[in-house]
Amino acid sequence: MHKQKGRGRFAALCVLPATILFIIFMVIPTLQVFWMSMFKWGGISSNKTFVGLSNFKTLMADENFLRSFQNTVLLIVVVTVITFAFALVFAGILTREKIKGQNFFRIIFYIPNILSVVVIAAIFNAIYDPNQGLLNSILSLFTNVKEDPILWLGDQKLVIYSLAGALVWQAIGYYMVMYMASMSAVPESLYESAGLEGAGRMRQFFQITIPLIWTNIRTTLTFFIISNINLSFLFVKAMTNGKPDGQSEVFLSYMYGQAYTNSSYGYGMAIGVVVFIFSFALAAIVNAVTKREPLEY
Amino acid sequence: MNKRKGFSGETLYKIFIYVVLIIFVVSIVVPVGWAFLASVKEKSEFYGNPWALPNGFYWQNFRDAFEKANMGAYFFNSVIVTAMALAMLLVTALPAAYALSRFKFRGRSVLRTAFMGGLFINVNYIVVPIFLMLVDGDKLLKQWIEPGSPLGNLLNISSGFLLNNRFFLALIYAATALPFTIYLLSSYFQTLPKDFEEAAYVDGSSNFRTMVQIIFPMAKPSIITVILFNFLSFWNEYIIAMTLMSGDNRTLPVGLMNLMKAQNAAAEYGQLYAGLVIVMLPTLVLYMCVQKKLTQGMTVGGIKG
Repeated sequence: MHKQKGRGRFAALCVLPATILFIIFMVIPTLQVFWMSMFKWGGISSNKTFVGLSNFKTLMADENFLRSFQNTVLLIVVVTVITFAFALVFAGILTREKIKGQNFFRIIFYIPNILSVVVIAAIFNAIYDPNQGLLNSILSLFTNVKEDPILWLGDQKLVIYSLAGALVWQAIGYYMVMYMASMSAVPESLYESAGLEGAGRMRQFFQITIPLIWTNIRTTLTFFIISNINLSFLFVKAMTNGKPDGQSEVFLSYMYGQAYTNSSYGYGMAIGVVVFIFSFALAAIVNAVTKREPLEY
Repeated sequence: MNKRKGFSGETLYKIFIYVVLIIFVVSIVVPVGWAFLASVKEKSEFYGNPWALPNGFYWQNFRDAFEKANMGAYFFNSVIVTAMALAMLLVTALPAAYALSRFKFRGRSVLRTAFMGGLFINVNYIVVPIFLMLVDGDKLLKQWIEPGSPLGNLLNISSGFLLNNRFFLALIYAATALPFTIYLLSSYFQTLPKDFEEAAYVDGSSNFRTMVQIIFPMAKPSIITVILFNFLSFWNEYIIAMTLMSGDNRTLPVGLMNLMKAQNAAAEYGQLYAGLVIVMLPTLVLYMCVQKKLTQGMTVGGIKG
């Protein structure tokens, strides 16, 4: 009895520091986002006025916000589709085929994931530079971009796709290495019997590999989509800062601009609330849509 | 006949795969390698063909980055903040993960759910409230402690104690890394058999001693994984650092951001790429040493974005 009590006290002491930190720096700020979204509040010294949901009404008519919404969705779709398609196919090839230097490929592919987004942004600025950029200088071999340089980050329509390029570049390797790990757990005998029955590579990939690692794909997909909202912010902040003319603004960069740079805290936090709800809703939808009966092997 | 055709198709397929893989490798290695080469180029070399190799090793770029662009001081800050954050994270997360996975106590399931929910809260969603919280805290401190008094000077009250303080930046890093770290460590602790602890208790070892001397050493592989992942995320983080830190307290990635902005006006390309190399070299070296651990460890976590 005494011992039991001692154990309880010990456990409480163990979780206490982490819980305190968690509450102060994660729970309270999160609640603050929701609370502050209902105030009109600008500047550090000026006073707050409760305005209810009026910030959200303003948001719905804010063209810049709607554009950042559009860009966020566009980036999620484009980056997710490209990253997952490539990562799955490459992982499939690398695990199934007897490729020499598998380990070498794995090491190289993972490199972008260990670099800071700022480093990647600086590298991609060098790639996308209109005059001395690597990309335009390659293209100048084929077309006439010398006189008429492509403004990868300066063109209003192009900029979001250029950002998508950087996002894909940093994400592909990570997911590839992850899928390689889960694919190598699929037993070889399944492929052998499928091969005997005349199923080609494509069929094996779609009917054996993909269904068997589906649970893994599903979890990673959900987390990727959520983290994409965040990563697109990191890239926009470091590469374009919303330029040109707000065309490359995404959810969180717009929120940060309103709340921190403009000091319209209430309005910024209203954007934060929308982002929260949007990402949770999206995660729930993806989770529901991708639901399959789990296969066992 | 038929067989030969199949063979050549097979060879073609293999060649095709290698070509695609090599294109992929090139698209990763070339930009990174290019940045290394650019970091030793002289200013005039940046106006010619971007593919030209550097004429020599112009180390002055690194000297400029360290001294003029203050990257030396930022490097020191990054080391300090990362080390402190890792220490604070381990000290808080290890016991918490252990207790959450091995002990039954009231509120356990609530806490577990809360930490799991924390996995979904990205720190960039809440960076502004954190900033405001520190601003408010500084204001309170100013009321309590006279800015000119010895204690006030010690705590740097007049210009802000909580804000722009490396200790609190590290604390925030540690706090926001808790959910992921506890999740990862708990999943390891759960797999350990109970026998170890029971044997230790029979020998008269206390709860605390059992945890520190028996359990933690066994968890070494997952602790290393946790350190690796969090080292990378603390070292590379820049949004919180950019929001909270200013002047000489900036961290390396924020310093690099400044160099990028300055480059638009002053075109100091050499300094910029030298700064870039300074930021990424430690992570690359670490990666080369432990790449196996890192690519294996990720399957344990599986969800880090």
